Amino acid sequence: MRMRTVEISVGAFLLAGLFALVLLALRVSGLSVNADNTTYRLYAEFDNVGSLTKRAKVAMGGVTIGRVVDIELDKKTYMARVIMDIETNVDNIPVDSSAAILTAGLLGEKFIGISIGGSRDFFKDGETIDDTQSAIVLEDLIGKFLLGSVGKDDEESNDSF
Amino acid sequence: MSRLLDHVATLGRSGLEVLQAMGRATIMLGMALFGRSSSHGSMPSLVVKQIYAVGVLSLIIITVSGVFIGMVLGLQGYNILVRYGTEQSVGQMVALSLVRELGPVVTALLFAGRAGSALTAEIGLMKATEQLSSLEMIGVDPLKRIIAPRFWAGFISMPLLACIFSMVGIFGGSMVGVDWLGIYEGSFWGNMQQSVDFWNDVVDGLIKSVMFGFVVTWIAVFQGYDAVPTSEGISRATTRTVVYASLAVLGLDFILTAVMFGDL
Amino acid sequence: MNQENESFIEIRGLTFMRGDRVIFDNIDMDIPRGKVTGIMGPSGTGKTTLLRLIGAQLRPDAGKIFVDGRCVSTMGRDELFRVRSRMGMLFQSGALFTDITVFENVAFPLRVHTRLSEQMIHDIVLMKLQAVGLRGASQLMPAELSGGMSRRVALARAISLDPDFIMYDEPFVGQDPIAMGVLVNLLRKLNNALNLTSVIVSHDLSETASIADYLYLLADGHVIAGGTPDELQSSEDPKVRQFMNGIPDGPVPFHYPADDYAKELLGERP
Ligand SMILES: Nc1ncnc2c1ncn2[C@@H]1O[C@H](COP(=O)(O)OP(=O)(O)O)[C@@H](O)[C@H]1O
Ligand SMILES: [Mg+2]
Repeated sequence: MRMRTVEISVGAFLLAGLFALVLLALRVSGLSVNADNTTYRLYAEFDNVGSLTKRAKVAMGGVTIGRVVDIELDKKTYMARVIMDIETNVDNIPVDSSAAILTAGLLGEKFIGISIGGSRDFFKDGETIDDTQSAIVLEDLIGKFLLGSVGKDDEESNDSF
Repeated sequence: MSRLLDHVATLGRSGLEVLQAMGRATIMLGMALFGRSSSHGSMPSLVVKQIYAVGVLSLIIITVSGVFIGMVLGLQGYNILVRYGTEQSVGQMVALSLVRELGPVVTALLFAGRAGSALTAEIGLMKATEQLSSLEMIGVDPLKRIIAPRFWAGFISMPLLACIFSMVGIFGGSMVGVDWLGIYEGSFWGNMQQSVDFWNDVVDGLIKSVMFGFVVTWIAVFQGYDAVPTSEGISRATTRTVVYASLAVLGLDFILTAVMFGDL
Repeated sequence: MNQENESFIEIRGLTFMRGDRVIFDNIDMDIPRGKVTGIMGPSGTGKTTLLRLIGAQLRPDAGKIFVDGRCVSTMGRDELFRVRSRMGMLFQSGALFTDITVFENVAFPLRVHTRLSEQMIHDIVLMKLQAVGLRGASQLMPAELSGGMSRRVALARAISLDPDFIMYDEPFVGQDPIAMGVLVNLLRKLNNALNLTSVIVSHDLSETASIADYLYLLADGHVIAGGTPDELQSSEDPKVRQFMNGIPDGPVPFHYPADDYAKELLGERP
């Protein structure tokens, strides 16, 4: 009889532990059970990736559609080459779309935002996004601002500030 | 000069003692888990009994600590992040710190104090009261009958306890953040889901707690088995379990974190 | 192999060390079959150690121990398992398993070594408990027993498999006079009824001498004397005399720590 209560409580404990793990998976990390996690690969070259890191998200219209897998320096062009995995079900990114490195909030993490182009051809596995816009490096901006050169040199682009 | 040599010799001797103890611990575990003698009792039911002792009985301290740590994280995170207007990422901060670090580490430390010390004292007392010898004389290998089920129980219980700790901690954080401080629930959980990755955060945290479970339980059962069978010997062994297990957990945590999250 | 007048246990040239300390220095001993042999000596001489050596829980540094003609000191695990099923050992502290009831303690060796039905086990256990006068305590946990009662339960456990050979480590310590009388009778009766070979390790001269057929005196790693109780009583050897007269007689061994102390002090002077 006492052994039975022990067995029942151990069983309940094991279930509670597994249930917590399931909650961690679904509720906390947002792992979706049904989505097949296949991806295809896209590349993009930037002059400067700033503090973009591996595992940063790739978003389109605010929705995450993939992740940055790796960042490396292209030795020929001296550009930063970003390797991204995009979810297979997002297979209709027009080839003239542009990629920009954006910041979530003022000091938040960097991510890649893709703005849709108008072409009827879509990116396929292994292709490279040509139209890119580098990270806004806050220090550079502040430096320019302090030197009073923001208004003079960057007349056209200071709308971003 | 000779004083200096004495010190060097002392150092060498304690180094050798540590190595010997590690050797004994390895042999003990090897014989307990892979030795071919029989436990003369069904291993699953022996393990279930021990899971009750080390796992179920640790549940209260684990859940209570988890809730409070989650609440504190939520409160501190809010106070810092609200200055930058990013209080909606409190959920992300609470979840990441719990899942990656605090869940496995704090659970392991509490486990060493609650269950590890009890294991050491129990086994040491069995040795002192000649129960282990008595088993041997009856023809049952105490490594199989006493050590192995306790080891498995600790090894199985720890990851489950760590999951429960993290989960109740996150709920504690949401209680403070959402219900009390009024962060919008959607962005609290949404931000969290955006930044917590199942494979890289949850599973890595789980791997950590599996390793901690292995190390803490191993230290605890070995210290009991190797204890000097007197009341003083047992009390020392119990202290050693808590100290060594805590140091091992913190050291191992650094190494694992460097490997998992440090781009090494 | 089973000749009646052969020794059940033969110890030849046994040397055993704890670190640098020599516990036994090349000793020889014979334990006669079917008899009760007492092994006596001041505490710390290694009486318990000797029993562990016979049970092959410890291995000698030199020399051999034969149990029923077979050398246990070099025996493999499986053979040892079979030999131990025929040995009972009553530990100094009783050594009951504290997490199971008295009943389950006594049933434990039966469950390990036999495939008897639950009904048979039940009957045997109650018989053994009845023999030590504790049938009524069968559902108690060991923590609920006194020291003397635990030792009696441990005795029931040691005889549960009807062994050929039992070793008792200090069986009389902590027994009240009534239980002591019962226990002495029980040991004697068990030995006669089951044709057991028994070894009793004790300080308690009068009780041991009253049931032992043969006595050995151990001191400083040597066997200082061996013989029947009467022979030892009339021995002229000063060491034997000191030991035989040094311990106050009586059912409760009240003074033994003081005597060991005195002996130790005397023994340390060269
Ligand atoms: N595990 C051990 N490690 C080191 N020394 C021990 C150990 N067990 C016993 N001894 C030493 O061996 C000696 C003999 O012990 P023991 O056989 O228990 O004596 P007895 O039973 O005659 O009182 C003691 O002096 C004790 O200090
Ligand atoms: Mg002793």
